[in-house]
Amino acid sequence: MSKIADDAKNVGDLRAAGQTRRAVLKSGAAAVAASTIFRPTILRAAEPVIRIGHISPQTGPMAGFAEAQEWTLAGIRKVFEPGLKIAGKTYKIEIITKDSQTDESRVSEVASDLILKDKVDILTASSGSLDCNPAANVAELNEVPCITTDDPWESYYYGRNPPKEGFTWTYHFFWGLNEVLAAFIGLWKEQQTNKVVGLLFNTAQDDTSWHDAFAPAIKAAGFTVVDPGQFPAFGNDFTPQIAAFKKANVEIITGNLFTPDFAGFYAQCAQQGYQPKIITLGKAFLFPADVASLGARGVGVTSEVWWTPDHPFKSSLTGISCKELATSYEQATGKHWTQPIPFKHALFEVVADVLKRTTDPKDPKAILDAITKTDLHTIVGHVNWTGKPVKNVCTTPVVAGQWQKNGDRLDIAIVNSGNASEIKVTSKLRPLG
Amino acid sequence: MIGTLNAMIQGLLLGGLYALFAAGLSLIFGVMRMVNIAHGDLIVASAYFAYFVMQMLGIGPFTSLLIVVPVVAAFGYALQRWLLNYTLGAGDLPPLLVTIALSIILQNVLLIVFTADVHRLQAGPIEIASWAFNSELSVGVLPVLQFVTSVIIIGALQLLFYKSSFGRAFRATSDDQQVAQLMGIETRHIFSLAMALSLAVVAVAGVFLAIRTNFNPFTGPLLLIFGFEAIVMGGLGSLWGTLVGGILLGIAQAIGGQIQVGLPFVAGHVAFLAVLYFLPQGLFPKVSQ
Repeated sequence: MSKIADDAKNVGDLRAAGQTRRAVLKSGAAAVAASTIFRPTILRAAEPVIRIGHISPQTGPMAGFAEAQEWTLAGIRKVFEPGLKIAGKTYKIEIITKDSQTDESRVSEVASDLILKDKVDILTASSGSLDCNPAANVAELNEVPCITTDDPWESYYYGRNPPKEGFTWTYHFFWGLNEVLAAFIGLWKEQQTNKVVGLLFNTAQDDTSWHDAFAPAIKAAGFTVVDPGQFPAFGNDFTPQIAAFKKANVEIITGNLFTPDFAGFYAQCAQQGYQPKIITLGKAFLFPADVASLGARGVGVTSEVWWTPDHPFKSSLTGISCKELATSYEQATGKHWTQPIPFKHALFEVVADVLKRTTDPKDPKAILDAITKTDLHTIVGHVNWTGKPVKNVCTTPVVAGQWQKNGDRLDIAIVNSGNASEIKVTSKLRPLG
Repeated sequence: MIGTLNAMIQGLLLGGLYALFAAGLSLIFGVMRMVNIAHGDLIVASAYFAYFVMQMLGIGPFTSLLIVVPVVAAFGYALQRWLLNYTLGAGDLPPLLVTIALSIILQNVLLIVFTADVHRLQAGPIEIASWAFNSELSVGVLPVLQFVTSVIIIGALQLLFYKSSFGRAFRATSDDQQVAQLMGIETRHIFSLAMALSLAVVAVAGVFLAIRTNFNPFTGPLLLIFGFEAIVMGGLGSLWGTLVGGILLGIAQAIGGQIQVGLPFVAGHVAFLAVLYFLPQGLFPKVSQ
């Protein structure tokens, strides 16, 4: 818009200076001729550019996951500012971001745009299977290297119908259900309860895979499972579930719920005179605002925790510790840190590391080769694709955390390390409420 | 047995909430045959406004209604007068398209202003207070309050429509816009008043919704479908019908939930289709044909 306005203004200025349209055209033609003559020199002088595409849900229902993206990327861009020295040559690094609007078909569209129009050398995506899966699928199809994160790996990998030998061009790092279950069950085992666990799962595809993993694993750990059945998300009435839990005297509630569903369920629990001892849910308690919105009764809920400022990691890119990352975000924005922030940082740590090790960053095969040989300690843990649990996935640690109130501030305390022994417990489990 | 009775009562009370969501929608459809797709988003926007007012003044959600209702109603008047009136009269499509656009705009403006964080209006101890009759039968104070509010609002609207000169103008405009105009009724003003009234109800619905559960900028469309079903079941344009439709929907969902926890929505939709099949005009058709 402003460019058009400027052009119009320039034309006006030329007219005012008494130049005719013909004269302007002539000088324009001369400029074109000049640029043609000197083009080879100009090309040789220009710094070579590596383009990184990034797709994330900046708007739509998953927007909370990308809320801090601007801040995180500003930090990354500053690191890339002087360019990256790769195989003896300095490259300018350009990060092109696209908003997925939390919409699968929109992701495919912008992924194609990034690959075909912007000609990105490497594609990245984050935050949920709606974003990661279609982006990875488009990359696989176009034979462009792709790295994704911030989406439980089972829904990333199995959600894309993997061929037997795995995918060629697309790699992912994040935790999975086994790690979550180890932390949850580990936490419950340490508490005094009657070992009766009630399940709350929705009917969506991801929820079914959680449900099918949770029920047998909890039973195998010596707990009694009360499963009222899966139900559609955003229900308004939880009377049957509450009645089933009351009848079986359920003391531990677990599952995977959206925050509004949990809020409705929990208020109705109180109205129906039912109070569980422990509530450990996936998804519902990710953001501080989720827990704050529950009021005083929400303090003490437990959930899967991907990262806290107490984690013993540091950035390979900037050297800052987990604590420093959280503090600098809070000082810069005045907002509470959230768990997607370090993962977005780590995604670009991995990309930078891959590019640095590439023999030729303009050759997709060379980039892919560098990805498969990744062995990097990032701010979210160790990333290396060794073929476990599957070819294209590397798992990062996840622990069980409790939202506790310290003064006016809600924060996550680590209450069980699960499979990640390097992450230390920071508090005992406090009672709910 | 008592468990089933308990579930039915919860369903009945939930039906009151559905009717409250639907009442404003039913009202404007009755007066100007306009379907407002942005209705759910307006409920959510009102909830955000109440949240804002509560934060600014440090008052509770029920007190905030004193400010929220008149402001949202005034917004409704302006919205109808200077936007939606221009879409009327050229078929069903223009108002539909404009309100779809309004819905998208509202969601994204809320996202920009309030971010994607969820919020809830804290109403204190009343949220979890209940009357427990025995271990299986317990009725929450808040759902009862919602239900009673819904009945009172619909009753008041009914009185307004059939017992006041104001209501006569509404009905006249609804029956025949041109003749009403010839009789000296300014239909544009009447339509705007109807929208103001509709949004006053929306404001109440928004506050109740936001006390009940969390909301974010994208909660709106989810509220629309139950509102529509309640209206169609009750009979288009009939206010009491909307109340009965909402209650029927709530109870049908509760019965579904008793059979299997995955079934409430299916059962609600089945009840809706059954009513449509046997009584295509709804339970209380406004105009018998």
